[in-house]
Amino acid sequence: MPKRRSLLKAFLSGSIAASLLSVFYPVFRFLIPPDKPEASALSVSAGSSQDLAPNTGRIFRFGSRPGLVVRRPDGSLKAYSAMCTHLDCTVQYRPDLQHIYCACHEGHYDLNGVPISGPPPRPLEEYSVQEVGGEIIVSKVS
Amino acid sequence: MATRILHWLEDRLELSSIRRLAVHKEVPVHRFSWAYFLGGAVLFLLMIQLGTGILLLLYYRPSAEEAYESVQFIVAEVEFGWLIRSMHSWSANLLVGMAFLHLFTTFFMKAYRKPREITWMSGVLLLFLMLAFGFSGYLLPWNELAYFATQVGTDIVGAVPLIGHPLMVFLRGGEQVTGATLTRFFGFHVAVLPALTTLLLLLHLGLVQKHGMSVPPKMIGKPYQTLPFFPNVLLRDIMAWYILLAVLVTLCAFLPWELGSKADPFAPAPQGIRPEWYFIFMFETLKIIPSNVLGIEGETLGVVGFGAAALALIVVPFWDYLARRLGRPGLLTLLGVLAVIYMAVMTLVGYL
Ligand code: FES
Repeated sequence: MPKRRSLLKAFLSGSIAASLLSVFYPVFRFLIPPDKPEASALSVSAGSSQDLAPNTGRIFRFGSRPGLVVRRPDGSLKAYSAMCTHLDCTVQYRPDLQHIYCACHEGHYDLNGVPISGPPPRPLEEYSVQEVGGEIIVSKVS
Repeated sequence: MATRILHWLEDRLELSSIRRLAVHKEVPVHRFSWAYFLGGAVLFLLMIQLGTGILLLLYYRPSAEEAYESVQFIVAEVEFGWLIRSMHSWSANLLVGMAFLHLFTTFFMKAYRKPREITWMSGVLLLFLMLAFGFSGYLLPWNELAYFATQVGTDIVGAVPLIGHPLMVFLRGGEQVTGATLTRFFGFHVAVLPALTTLLLLLHLGLVQKHGMSVPPKMIGKPYQTLPFFPNVLLRDIMAWYILLAVLVTLCAFLPWELGSKADPFAPAPQGIRPEWYFIFMFETLKIIPSNVLGIEGETLGVVGFGAAALALIVVPFWDYLARRLGRPGLLTLLGVLAVIYMAVMTLVGYL
């Protein structure tokens, strides 16, 4: 008898576990947002290049993230992810300081996106940038 | 007629048993009796949150396109909309403040001792729920400050070891703070958190009724005066609520809660971004931890530290038990005093 009983017990607990799993697994997966492919954001336009005077910056959409293109005082272009490496705030270009600046906790980056003061631990992610027919084209360096 | 209705109800509901309970309840009278009002104050403010929250639901729209506009509509167009929204925001702040006071007095009066361990633990969990209400509610107006505060706050969650990143994605509804985050936080704020709060609150209040009021350890074994709860203490409770309501309405009238400007994910972060005051001590702590300690990222260290502190707070009754077994009953009080000083100093630092 005890053998049959333990077998039945195993069946019972097994099927309870299975039914719980079959309920909670879909719920659990439902809670996790689907991964949207970021393929569309490999290369985007950051607007016209004439409008960007030396020593200014502009925030543009890079897929779902903000990007920052900067025309340095010497006229060359640079593009970065505008997400501060500290805690994800959006950075801006400050012509008065000739720095990239994060207002959240006073983070400063130099014109190569390297942190020079404040809390940011890492340089900004850099994108490659080209001027094509009067337009600024920014793409991910892969 | 009235008596017949009463009899009819009595037969079905046994109201007299509730009355008997109320008559038996007594509240000790001593130097710290004021502390007995704090729990009731929290409960009162919670009711205000429930009432104003339901009212706001009638006009609020939880999407990135409409949230800010709908709050603007409430404040500018709906009659007394400014009042209801201000009440909801101010009362939330008073509520968290009162809940902290309630925690501290309970702690220092050692009201968590046997048989009230579960009351303490449910209370601490309720406090955490209140903080979660604060955090999720902060984003709902979809203004600039709230947007970046949520960005920062969820990024900190991302520093939790192992499950940090998935947890952050779960909270944000994606890699970024977007309209999906807003919708999620709305769901937490008006459905998930209220449900959990109701359950825990029933447990907490039920236990308070079951055990009655605790007395400070110094008075145990000595004779002390008591006051019947019904109606004496209840009337005093109601007086306290009137005072709270007056404070609340005064705050709303003179310092109506600001809306700020609409969140724009593609605009630089504004200056002086800062979480609500009750998170500032944690925020400042994260700032002073160096970015790298023995190869561990500072943020991760901070988050793990807070997790450990939260756990330690939940199991305070057992620390106390241990400390007494070791013959050092004062140790825990000392730790508590240090913690309060730390929180106060860090909060001040955040405002300087
Ligand atoms: S998020 Fe940029 S400095 Fe903190």
